[in-house]
Amino acid sequence: MASDSPAKNRPATPSSAAPASAGVVLDDVAIQRALMRIAHELVERNEELGRLYLVGIPNGGPPLARQIAANLREIAGVDVTVGVLDTTLYRDDRLTGGIRPRLRRTEMPSAVDDRLVILVDDVASTGRTIRAAMDALMDFGRPRAVQVVALVDRGHRELPIKIDYVGKNIPTQRTDHVQLRERPGGDGMEVVLMQGRGAPS
Amino acid sequence: MAGRVWLRGGRVLDPASGRDGRADVLIENGRIAAIEDALEGVADAESVNAEGLWVAPGFVDLHAHLREPGQEYKEDIASGGRAAAAGGFTAVCCMANTDPVNDDPSVTDYILDRARKESPVRVLPVAAATKGLAGEVMTEMAALVAAGAVAFSDDGKTIMDSGMQRRVLEYSRLVEKPVMVHAEDRTLVRDGVVNEGAVSTRLGLPGNPAVAEIVHVARDLLLAELTGAHLHVAHVSTAGAVAHVREARARGVHVTAEVSPHHLTLTDEATLGYDPNTKMAPPLRGKDDVAACLQGLADGTIDAIATDHAPHAVHEKEVEFTAAPPGVLGFETAFAVVLELVRRGALTPLQLIASLSWNPARVLGLALGRLERGAAADLVLLDPARRWLYDPAEGFSKSRNSPWAGRELEGRVLATWVGGRLVYQQGRGVLAP
Amino acid sequence: MMGRGLLGIEDLEREDIELILDTAFHMKEVGRREVKKVPTLRGRTIINLFFEPSTRTRTSFEIAGKRLSADVVNFTPSASSLTKRESILDTAKTLDAMDPDAVVVRHNVAGVPKQIADQLAAPVINAGDGAHEHPTQALLDLMTVVEEKGRIDGLTVTIIGDIAHSRVARSDIYGFKKMGAEVRVVGPPTMMPAQVECLGVKFFRSLREALDGADVVMALRIQLERLAGALFPSVREYSATFGLDRAKLRYAKDDAIVMHPGPVNRGVELSHDLANRRPSVILDQVRNGVALRMAVLYLLAGQRRGVEEER
Repeated sequence: MASDSPAKNRPATPSSAAPASAGVVLDDVAIQRALMRIAHELVERNEELGRLYLVGIPNGGPPLARQIAANLREIAGVDVTVGVLDTTLYRDDRLTGGIRPRLRRTEMPSAVDDRLVILVDDVASTGRTIRAAMDALMDFGRPRAVQVVALVDRGHRELPIKIDYVGKNIPTQRTDHVQLRERPGGDGMEVVLMQGRGAPS
Repeated sequence: MAGRVWLRGGRVLDPASGRDGRADVLIENGRIAAIEDALEGVADAESVNAEGLWVAPGFVDLHAHLREPGQEYKEDIASGGRAAAAGGFTAVCCMANTDPVNDDPSVTDYILDRARKESPVRVLPVAAATKGLAGEVMTEMAALVAAGAVAFSDDGKTIMDSGMQRRVLEYSRLVEKPVMVHAEDRTLVRDGVVNEGAVSTRLGLPGNPAVAEIVHVARDLLLAELTGAHLHVAHVSTAGAVAHVREARARGVHVTAEVSPHHLTLTDEATLGYDPNTKMAPPLRGKDDVAACLQGLADGTIDAIATDHAPHAVHEKEVEFTAAPPGVLGFETAFAVVLELVRRGALTPLQLIASLSWNPARVLGLALGRLERGAAADLVLLDPARRWLYDPAEGFSKSRNSPWAGRELEGRVLATWVGGRLVYQQGRGVLAP
Repeated sequence: MMGRGLLGIEDLEREDIELILDTAFHMKEVGRREVKKVPTLRGRTIINLFFEPSTRTRTSFEIAGKRLSADVVNFTPSASSLTKRESILDTAKTLDAMDPDAVVVRHNVAGVPKQIADQLAAPVINAGDGAHEHPTQALLDLMTVVEEKGRIDGLTVTIIGDIAHSRVARSDIYGFKKMGAEVRVVGPPTMMPAQVECLGVKFFRSLREALDGADVVMALRIQLERLAGALFPSVREYSATFGLDRAKLRYAKDDAIVMHPGPVNRGVELSHDLANRRPSVILDQVRNGVALRMAVLYLLAGQRRGVEEER
């Protein structure tokens, strides 16, 4: 039903007609390198890899989580559980323009009790998405611990949320828009920064 | 009060004589003293500039509910009379479904007494055809006529027993007054509240089929033919009824008929929003029925436009559709609403005025509705082009139940005279009694 | 359209229906969790204004609201404005002053939810009004068919019974048609509404012909108390002519499913055997009801009439 495509990353924001300057801040090669490094860091910092439970937050998180799981299989020979957890029903936003955001798929193949849950998001900013994800997680059960992976941390934290594993820190203005998307050519992904538009998440 | 009034340069419409043209009208001592193309040398007269306006006989309403005695919270003879004057009606028939029912000369006396004291316009009581409107025992028609009743009707109810209906029509020959029937077979209507058809299906409300009216119209026409009585069909709403009346008339049956402004201009689609102010009895019908009624009015099958002015209190109408009493206000909007038919080319101005004044007067056999020397000076001054916003709260009726509330209407009554006395002037309000 | 409440399927576009169904499937997943509750409508007040008693539908809405963390209040005034001092519109105005985020209305007279919606700033959800509409019922029916058949486009749906008095029938007709199905109606001639084909359905006199090739068979409830003897001669005759059993079901497609809005008059509309087992999906309908109503409340609660968007 719902789409996981990274292109539908954020609720549509009122914007001017043509995108302002859009620069690629992470190309596909850099993304893959970051995801491999994060996998290594996960192995380094956690003893019981069997307890790992990667949970991707739509829309950008799930493909990243799957890639990290593949990386872990490659470097540590371990199969970790991968789930998808939509946070829409836990968001603290008000209604904008009277339209509710569309719900996205949630698929949690295993219980989270006593697991080491690794939340995976594409772009972290205010911390509200991560907070909502943690609230959702608590309704699923009682994880032993929760750590957070973000491909990009663009700052402007509004809540005391810490990102444990960061692909890249990118300083931005509040009004900038950072997005993980498929490359226009179609092969691979990229992270772009558009100046002067959009809302932080 | 009964002085001289000189209406100058208006378009005088007198259906009785066929006059339709510019003329002056002089009123003196409560009567029409003169109608000439241009009067000269009129002294000591109140002059009224009627340029660009219409001068017509005062309207005669064959069908209205004044609710007094018994339901004065909805309307009474005073407020109803004022609303009528503001609508250009100089004479209104009031139906008998009051509390107590007007089935006894004492009630008729009471109504006429109240009218004399409180109403700026003439009130013509229609007495019940059966006691208590129960359809079982005939009323004392001779006594009621002597008391002032102009016609008989069980309106509000229907006489379901055909044998009873025959007897009522037969007996009415004693007094030679019209029997006005609310033609509706209750066993076909059941709990229907809107016209049965595509609209009732969409609304999910019980339907009132056209055939319920047609069956009784057909029955009553045959009984009228049998008895030779004067049958008057109230508020015709269906094509079938029009067709039966047309055919019976051609055969020589003594039948007259009326239609309401709402049945000429609104279809059942008006009920799609569930507004109880679109609930009437009979209900608003389909497009074809409305067209047939209009055709009937144009070709003379239907004699008159009658408002069926039916006030109901706000709290009575602000309920679920099935619980609301049927009926809407009519006096103050009638002219503007039916003038639309002239604008559309369906009726000429003279035909319209005839159906509002001369024809209803003839149905009753009364000397009203005509502008001729010596006739009582019941007249209206009309502005067919005046646009105005209708707000029932600003009207004279005690009630507010109108489907035209909040609408911009075109055509307004500027002044009304009854017996030569100015009883209403737009902008100044009701001036008498 | 969606912003102002849900008065009927007649007013919805296909995209609105698809959005509601999509959302409902997600809500169904919430119902499968250990903690069947999400905070999305926390702090919102939903009033169930049920003039006509209905434990099933009211409970379904109540559970739906509570699973979304809303505060649900049940308000059951007496049904008729004639028997109580406060008219329904006065009740509506009073409720409006209490500032609810959604009002769910059920009444045995058509049009009441619309009349109430005209008085309220809050969105009104029609839980059934007379013979007019029962939109959430139709939506959960659509949801169930999508689950079973994967789609609605191109399906043949046959509705059997008292169409004239059925709000479920009307809503189902609108819903299935908008989603691309062909809809047929069949039942006693005295129970067909006037000009039924104006709703876009095909009218059949014979049950056998109406069932021929049907993918979905919807049996409507007959109100025995109200109708036997007046609109049809006896329950026995109804059940023999229009009651569905396995034998008659053979006229439909082999994989046809049987639906019913409930509660079933066993032996009348459906044989005992059909009522309890596949191909009847009646319990799935009920299950989907909560998820569907969660979706509707989620999409509508808190919407406000007018320019004001957020507080």
